[in-house]
Amino acid sequence: MKAKLARAFIILIAFATVLTAIGCGRQPVRPPSERKGVVINGAGATFPYPIYAKWANRYYELTGVRINYQSIGSGGGVQQIKAGTVDFGASDAPLTAKELDQFGLIQFPMVMGGVVPVVNIKGIKAGDLRLSPETLAGIYLGKITKWNDPALKRDNPGLSLPAKSITVVHRADGSGTTWIFTNYLDKISKEWHTRVGFGKAVNWPVGIGGKGNEGVSAYVQRVDGAIGYVEYAYALQNRMSHAKLKNKSGNYVDPSAASFQAAAAGADWKNAPGYYVVLTDQPGKDSWPITGASYIIIHKKQNNLTKAKAMLGFFDWSYRHGGEMAKALNYVPMPKSVVDLVEMRWKQELKANGKAIWP
Amino acid sequence: MAVKLDSSSRVSMSNRDRANKWSANKPFKYLCAACCALVLALMVGLFVKLIANSTLSMRKLGLGFLTSAEWDPVMGKFGALSSIYGTLVSTAIALIIAVPMSIVIALFLVELAPKRLSSFFGTSIELLAAIPSIIYGMWGLFIFGPFMAEYIEPFLHRYFGFLPIFQGTPMPVGMLTAGVILALMVLPFTSSVMRDVLLMVPPVLKESAYGLGATTWEVTKDVSIRYGIRGIVGAVFLGLGRAIGETMAVTFVIGNEHKISASLFAPANSIASTLANEFTEADTSLYLSALVELGLILFLITAIFQAVAQTWLRYVVRGGRP
Repeated sequence: MKAKLARAFIILIAFATVLTAIGCGRQPVRPPSERKGVVINGAGATFPYPIYAKWANRYYELTGVRINYQSIGSGGGVQQIKAGTVDFGASDAPLTAKELDQFGLIQFPMVMGGVVPVVNIKGIKAGDLRLSPETLAGIYLGKITKWNDPALKRDNPGLSLPAKSITVVHRADGSGTTWIFTNYLDKISKEWHTRVGFGKAVNWPVGIGGKGNEGVSAYVQRVDGAIGYVEYAYALQNRMSHAKLKNKSGNYVDPSAASFQAAAAGADWKNAPGYYVVLTDQPGKDSWPITGASYIIIHKKQNNLTKAKAMLGFFDWSYRHGGEMAKALNYVPMPKSVVDLVEMRWKQELKANGKAIWP
Repeated sequence: MAVKLDSSSRVSMSNRDRANKWSANKPFKYLCAACCALVLALMVGLFVKLIANSTLSMRKLGLGFLTSAEWDPVMGKFGALSSIYGTLVSTAIALIIAVPMSIVIALFLVELAPKRLSSFFGTSIELLAAIPSIIYGMWGLFIFGPFMAEYIEPFLHRYFGFLPIFQGTPMPVGMLTAGVILALMVLPFTSSVMRDVLLMVPPVLKESAYGLGATTWEVTKDVSIRYGIRGIVGAVFLGLGRAIGETMAVTFVIGNEHKISASLFAPANSIASTLANEFTEADTSLYLSALVELGLILFLITAIFQAVAQTWLRYVVRGGRP
């Protein structure tokens, strides 16, 4: 607690110095070129780190505004923005509207992606295996222990499955990926809901824990008969065999940018307080059921107008010009309708010294 | 050699000191004392901070924290038993393997090996000690773990499967793999310290034993080891200290399950691995406090071992040496 206070104090002094230097922030709107040399600090989720880093790099080349993003984990990002030690936090799990109000924060989705079940069964190729929600939950609850279980046979008529034991692999470290994955299981299985629930770390009924996506994928790739879950980009890069999942509409779908986008399309961002929207188990015939958004969290009251403008400028630029870069890294950019909604919110709610920051 | 030099220089220092009143001794003494005090202050500060930050979990979870193995962040239930168990068992496996091996290595280098070979091996062992633990972890995860699951564990299962500790399915990660990796990490430290200890045995002692007709084995057993027992025990505790708090390598290969299983093949966890995994994402204050309390427990375990070692050493030195 004291350490946090001390850190907050140091940041406060830093802010104060900057404020005095630029005349208490009461400056006319500065053109982007004058923001050159501004440094914005952010910290949080590891899942969107590759794309944030890429955007930040490109944005620096274009405008001279430097964005430092440290991927310390969603929990860390939330704590740091609450303590005010960073300019923005990032989290894969949205904060509730109540929590946001309590700390005077605002959150908005920045980019989307999917979590993919991956398997290692000899003779089974990527996309061969189909899993219904009940079966996936059964496996992670430890009720289905062999690959030739009747439930798996029902999902996969015509596929010859070995009589091998299933080794369940999950994340050992707390993570947004786990949050999204367990949120899905929580929605589709009553037993999971009562026995386990969802969170960044849960009390797993069975399995072994790997540290990070790389830990999970290492275990899955090395144990014959293993199943795990990783971020989509990670599964692609490591050429892991994914399983098809049965979505809410009853179709078996493959994970892809298109199926993530389909899941996001139906989401009602407009009426969700604090953008608390969870994209798991969404309706739609092409929707990938384990989709999630990654959020940016900032303070509603900003101390430094120049800095706040530069920061929002970066997010705006990423929304509007960063789509291709995101797709290249297998993320899904936010649809334009959501971006407009978010920026409207900025206009209404973000203030520096009582004045609106955006646009 | 080293001992002689040391004592002669001390004598000359004290002579000079007596010769002129003023010297750098006083300031130097204070400097040393200050450094020592700093270490003490750090330790006490750490201890106080650990207690302060874990009061929440102590108050809410009480002694149940020590006796429960349930770890459920969603429901806010935390029990340290599986982590404590994993820490102790993985360390025990490491020492059971590493201590006899390092004694043998040290004896070979000092008593049996030709001089050139001995210095070559000595250097390579010291080089091993310089490898960062993450390398051991990655190597354990990618290469050694699968090797354990494919060859060693099935072998143990077939011939010693009647013991509960060798039952269950062989797995690339788990308590046994973690213990063996720890043993490999501890080995360079303990064996190089033991080598130095055995090198300090005065040649005259050994020669007189040989003169009396003792065999190499007898000299080793009754002269070298006896003479160096203090240092050897010290080396063991150095290894223990390294094994008990090792974080990265263990996190990669222990399997990270908050469960206590009889089988050594099964995934487990240790205090250090739990901290490494869960600290960044601990999002409630009770969760964070429980993790800090785990750290406090590790601190206390190390302190207890240290105390036991000191007492035992005193006993050994008084009663053991001829």
